[in-house]
Amino acid sequence: MGKPQIRSTLALGALAILVAAGVPASAKVEGDTIVLGAAVSLTGKYSTNGKNTQDGYELAVARVNEKGGVQVGDKTYKLKVVYYDDESTPARAAQLAERLINQDGVKFLLGPYSSGLTKAIAPVTEKYKIPMVEGNGASLSLFKEGYRYLFATLSTTEFYLKEAVNLAAMTAQAAGRDPAELKVAMAFENDPFSQDIRAGVTEDAERWGMKVVVDDKLPPELNDMAATLTKIKAVKPDLLLVSGHTKGATLAVRQTAEMRVEVPMIAITHCDSAQVAETLGSAAEYFLCASQWDRSLSYRDDWFGSAEEYAQLFEATYDYSPPYQAAESTAAVLVFVDALQRAGSFDTEEVRDAIAATDMQTFYGNIKFDETGKNIAKPMVLYQVQDGQYKVVAPTDWASAKLIHPRRLPE
Amino acid sequence: MSNLLIGAVFALAAYGMALVWGVMNVVNICQGEFVMLGGYTAYFLFKAGVHPLVGIPVAAVLLFVFGWLLYRAVIFRVVDKDLFISILATFGLSILLQQLANQLFGADVRTADAGFRTLFFFDNMVTVSVVKIVAFGAALLVGAILMLFLKKSRLGQAIRATAQNARAARIMGIDTGRVYATTYALNAAICGAAGALVAMTWLIHPYLGLPYTVRSFMIVILAGLGNVAAVLAAGLGLGAAENFAGFILGAEYQSAFVFALLVAILLWRRFWLDRTRGYLK
Repeated sequence: MGKPQIRSTLALGALAILVAAGVPASAKVEGDTIVLGAAVSLTGKYSTNGKNTQDGYELAVARVNEKGGVQVGDKTYKLKVVYYDDESTPARAAQLAERLINQDGVKFLLGPYSSGLTKAIAPVTEKYKIPMVEGNGASLSLFKEGYRYLFATLSTTEFYLKEAVNLAAMTAQAAGRDPAELKVAMAFENDPFSQDIRAGVTEDAERWGMKVVVDDKLPPELNDMAATLTKIKAVKPDLLLVSGHTKGATLAVRQTAEMRVEVPMIAITHCDSAQVAETLGSAAEYFLCASQWDRSLSYRDDWFGSAEEYAQLFEATYDYSPPYQAAESTAAVLVFVDALQRAGSFDTEEVRDAIAATDMQTFYGNIKFDETGKNIAKPMVLYQVQDGQYKVVAPTDWASAKLIHPRRLPE
Repeated sequence: MSNLLIGAVFALAAYGMALVWGVMNVVNICQGEFVMLGGYTAYFLFKAGVHPLVGIPVAAVLLFVFGWLLYRAVIFRVVDKDLFISILATFGLSILLQQLANQLFGADVRTADAGFRTLFFFDNMVTVSVVKIVAFGAALLVGAILMLFLKKSRLGQAIRATAQNARAARIMGIDTGRVYATTYALNAAICGAAGALVAMTWLIHPYLGLPYTVRSFMIVILAGLGNVAAVLAAGLGLGAAENFAGFILGAEYQSAFVFALLVAILLWRRFWLDRTRGYLK
């Protein structure tokens, strides 16, 4: 390598450093592009759902840009999202939120995956008064802190299995029984997410006057539910509710079949992400599963059309069928688009107020925030596994199939 | 009944730990990660269309190789060192293996359903799944093979000689490095077999290791280092006690019960050793 070459290499290097240092200093709008920021889990234990989240954001960005972009005032802008990998750890997520706001100058944030990481970022966005719209932090506790700049498109945790309790009560009434005679068994993982769900269903069970006969808290490291299920078998409840992420879902399905636990109605969470119908076959038949969203629902919007059209576009783009984690992330971007257009400004306070006043329908469902920032316009959905397919059976307004009750055991 | 059989899988992991601890004076904290890797081996074979039962020996063989390599890379450095160094080193390995598995296999929960039936007695009130009986049989079988191997084979005798006095064994011409490597690889193989059973019976994910490490530790402390039959008995007892506690106290206290039991055993063992003037190294 000759001397001039070395010099030009050095010059190039210096230039690269200058460029690298220069880019992040630019603010929320680069030319005609609005820059949003997000820390998502691309590695670590949430990497699967983290990718769903990112894919959801990216699909929305691509679609909005393709359809002409966002009109703010009398100019239209393109969208862009800056991502960082939070490695599924709360401390890293909080650091990255600081970095997005201070170094990258991002003024609008999209949420990370999971309640835990959202909890880590929310104090940061609150401190800098930066609006954050998230689609993957469902814990009710997020909305008890009085955060002004946090908004969630999804239904919060206490709603996850409420529908199942009400469905059991209504089924009992239809059969001429008093719902107060029903016995409920519950097994919820001892973490904030599942305990929020428990609080929600306890409230409804009490309202109907149902009797709670088993109320177990599953330890997070549990790999076996035999002890709880033995108890449930002995007391013969009318309704069994289980929540413990994908692990709890798989265990509940597998071990109720293995131990022949006969309960007329069993409702669980996470059975779509655990793929119980696909991997466990007949053991999963007639299980009820709580979900935020389904492609067969009849919601629609101007960007994507119907829920089914969204799902098809998603499949064509990413080669897998969209889980609700992706749909609610896409909806978060749509909330920003809608709010920016209505605000007609990039002022964070004006955008925040516009988000707070959101009242729209998207392919994902209706979105309207209460004063704490959670979406109160969209109900949870209950699937039932019927012949290996997930069929929506509740709420009855949008249901595409009829509930099969009582649950029959697979042979 | 079914609860008793759960202990069989713990007993398997505990055999390995007793072996490594007794022979090499290494407390192997990444025991549970071997179980996890064995589980993934069985799972991927199952995905490829192989029956999970075949996965048991395959997982054992693969993990044997893995254990051997791990010994040659890391463990041989800590064999003659303080117990704490070995705990630290294997603890580090355990974190490394967890994260690698998370990167490679993803955090999703998986299970290999072998399609075994469940047996029913007394109007469905007592259920025993065949897969747990298989696990139980495998635990007995591996225990018996291990006992025979240590008693009869040349290598087994060399292992026992090294355990008694490594220096003397070396003077007598035993290649103690090789003995250690075999012992460690054997441990990994046993855990791998246990992991295949776990994948068939329950479910696997990258972070399942710790409960197995803790339980093997307890069983070994209770049963002692040189007694295969006692390890099996302690394993079965723990499995039954744990599930009984979960039944009586509620599932939230199941793990708490296990740790309380660990403390109780350690205390009891201390008093008992004081009284008998025994010496535990």
